[in-house]
Amino acid sequence: MSHVLEVTDLRTTFATPEGEVKAVGGVNFSINKGETLGVVGESGSGKSQIFMSIMGLLARNGRAQGSVKFKGEEILGLPVKELNRVRGAKMSMIFQDPMTSLNPYLSVRRQMTEVLMLHKGLSEEKAASQSVELLEKVQIPEAKRRLNMFPHEFSGGMRQRVMIAMALLCGPELLIADEPTTALDVTVQAQILEVLVGLQRDFGMAIALITHDLGVIARMADRVMVMYAGGIVEKGSVRDLFKDPQHPYTQGLLESMPRLDETEATRLMTIGGQPPNLQNLPSGCTFRDRCRYAFERCPVEKPLLTPFADGRSKACHLPSL
Amino acid sequence: MPSAQSLTKGPQLTPTGVHTAMKTAPLLTVQDLKVYFEVGGNRLFGKEPGVVKAVDGVSFDLRAGETLGLVGESGCGKSTLGRAVLRLLPIHAGRVVWLGQDLAKLDDKSMRGVRRDMQIIFQDPLASLNPRMTVGEIIAEPMLTFQPNLSRAQVRDKVKAMMAKVGLLPNQINRYPHEFSGGQCQRIGIARAMINEPKLIVCDEPVSALDVSIQAQIVNLLMDLQREMGMSLIFISHNLAVVKHISHRVMVLYLGKIMEIADRNSIYYDPLHPYTHALNSAVPLPDPDQERGKSRIVLKGDLPSPLNPPSGCPFRTRCPRATEICAQVMPDLLPAKPGHLVACHHADTPRTN
Repeated sequence: MSHVLEVTDLRTTFATPEGEVKAVGGVNFSINKGETLGVVGESGSGKSQIFMSIMGLLARNGRAQGSVKFKGEEILGLPVKELNRVRGAKMSMIFQDPMTSLNPYLSVRRQMTEVLMLHKGLSEEKAASQSVELLEKVQIPEAKRRLNMFPHEFSGGMRQRVMIAMALLCGPELLIADEPTTALDVTVQAQILEVLVGLQRDFGMAIALITHDLGVIARMADRVMVMYAGGIVEKGSVRDLFKDPQHPYTQGLLESMPRLDETEATRLMTIGGQPPNLQNLPSGCTFRDRCRYAFERCPVEKPLLTPFADGRSKACHLPSL
Repeated sequence: MPSAQSLTKGPQLTPTGVHTAMKTAPLLTVQDLKVYFEVGGNRLFGKEPGVVKAVDGVSFDLRAGETLGLVGESGCGKSTLGRAVLRLLPIHAGRVVWLGQDLAKLDDKSMRGVRRDMQIIFQDPLASLNPRMTVGEIIAEPMLTFQPNLSRAQVRDKVKAMMAKVGLLPNQINRYPHEFSGGQCQRIGIARAMINEPKLIVCDEPVSALDVSIQAQIVNLLMDLQREMGMSLIFISHNLAVVKHISHRVMVLYLGKIMEIADRNSIYYDPLHPYTHALNSAVPLPDPDQERGKSRIVLKGDLPSPLNPPSGCPFRTRCPRATEICAQVMPDLLPAKPGHLVACHHADTPRTN
């Protein structure tokens, strides 16, 4: 199987007045052609910063090291001009808040056609007609009329559709979706997820879906990686991971979610404490303070992400839970 | 799937003892409550203001020790309803009867006396705490307002006891809000709301800003406190799974109107309103097999503008069952079976009576 994206030992740090913050601490993963990789984690787990690093969108005080290969070509550290051949065209990204990621001063037409004119050298007219086609694909009614409107004239769900359409204009091979439905109501979320599933079927692109919502992952992902304090703690197929979580953190996350299909309001299982400070990570395993299985080895030795079954790996000293 | 009847009976419905609460008179009775807002008018240019009917004719009872969940999409009026019940917003019409007194008619001074028993917890835990007050001052303030005669030592002891109860370290009493994480700030907000031992707490999206693992801690804390202190909760959230977990009964709102109200299990296992069906099916389950195998009702379009709501039933523009009558007449909220009310011309028949 060929990889669209291959990430090796990616480390992202931020220089702050209080010292260096290790947002991503050496992660390895790949995304296959046409698959959906779910990336789960709580705030501060580094799940977004991985992809901001890949897209060259880190804040000014951020620095990414390691290797990121897009279809075999190294893209980490490329000069902006060369990176722009790839990002926006072959690899594009959508964000949580579509209002802040669209330019409020420019019409949707201007923002959408710009992409095609820049990347593909199309005429404005041609770019506009392709934009309308895509707006129709993401099921925006009256797409032709809507194209000339401004972002504030759209509802939240419609704006996210515009974002998706814009990201797909150049037919990317990888779409990075960073919490694309978190700001939306469940009914609108269901619509957007349906649109994404349909588009993936039509366009065949791979999707990296970053979210904290395990339900969305269960619906969308083929494979999942679970992030904690800047590292991957478990990786595997969506079924294996949900049916038989093998890292204590994954297990804890699944147990702490109230389920709509529960019949009794039993006490929720919780993960005690809170995520560690990234400026001052604990020795050994970063999860050990909150782990119900922690033993002598955990504070001393950092567990590495190691394969333990077909297609599955975890970073935990325990052979099995 | 078990029948709704077996689920609504028996102790499994009573995580906090609603079976005893059922027998007592309601703590709160809301009748035909209306909260309207004028928007966008401009007298100088003679532009007539529009009216948003944020809450439009809502009636319900709340018993002592009961948790009522309010769900619906953003803009459905759930937060407005929660605040209007506390009279934090002006009431346009209707009655809010609290222990026999109509709050809509109380003057500000008498209202202040009632407020001791009614508290609120907000969504953004850090923004709802004054950054220049210490945790001790924040938690003590409601107590100092209503019991000004307490000595400093008494106040301090009570604050420390409350901090311990909500899972904060009492020796952190002199710290400031920014020194705490989101989950801990929410615990401070809960301590402040609980310090006067209120009879009702309106929880307005109290866990929406928190991570999953922290959310579970706060939900458990609220349920534990309710079991111990017996207060009622109005729990507002867009997260159906959380609402169903914590609530005894659930109210589904759409554009300011009640669509359906029933006990927690009936809302999920025996929903009668097409909107409740759609909401339930939209929530992704954390189980890949169930989630991919289930039938889904995907609603078309967005919530209509509350400035210009559809005629008749507000849900009809997105409703898969809508017919002519829906455009003409708003259906009444009627009991389909005891304790289960639904407002729909084409509601399902309950599976059990």
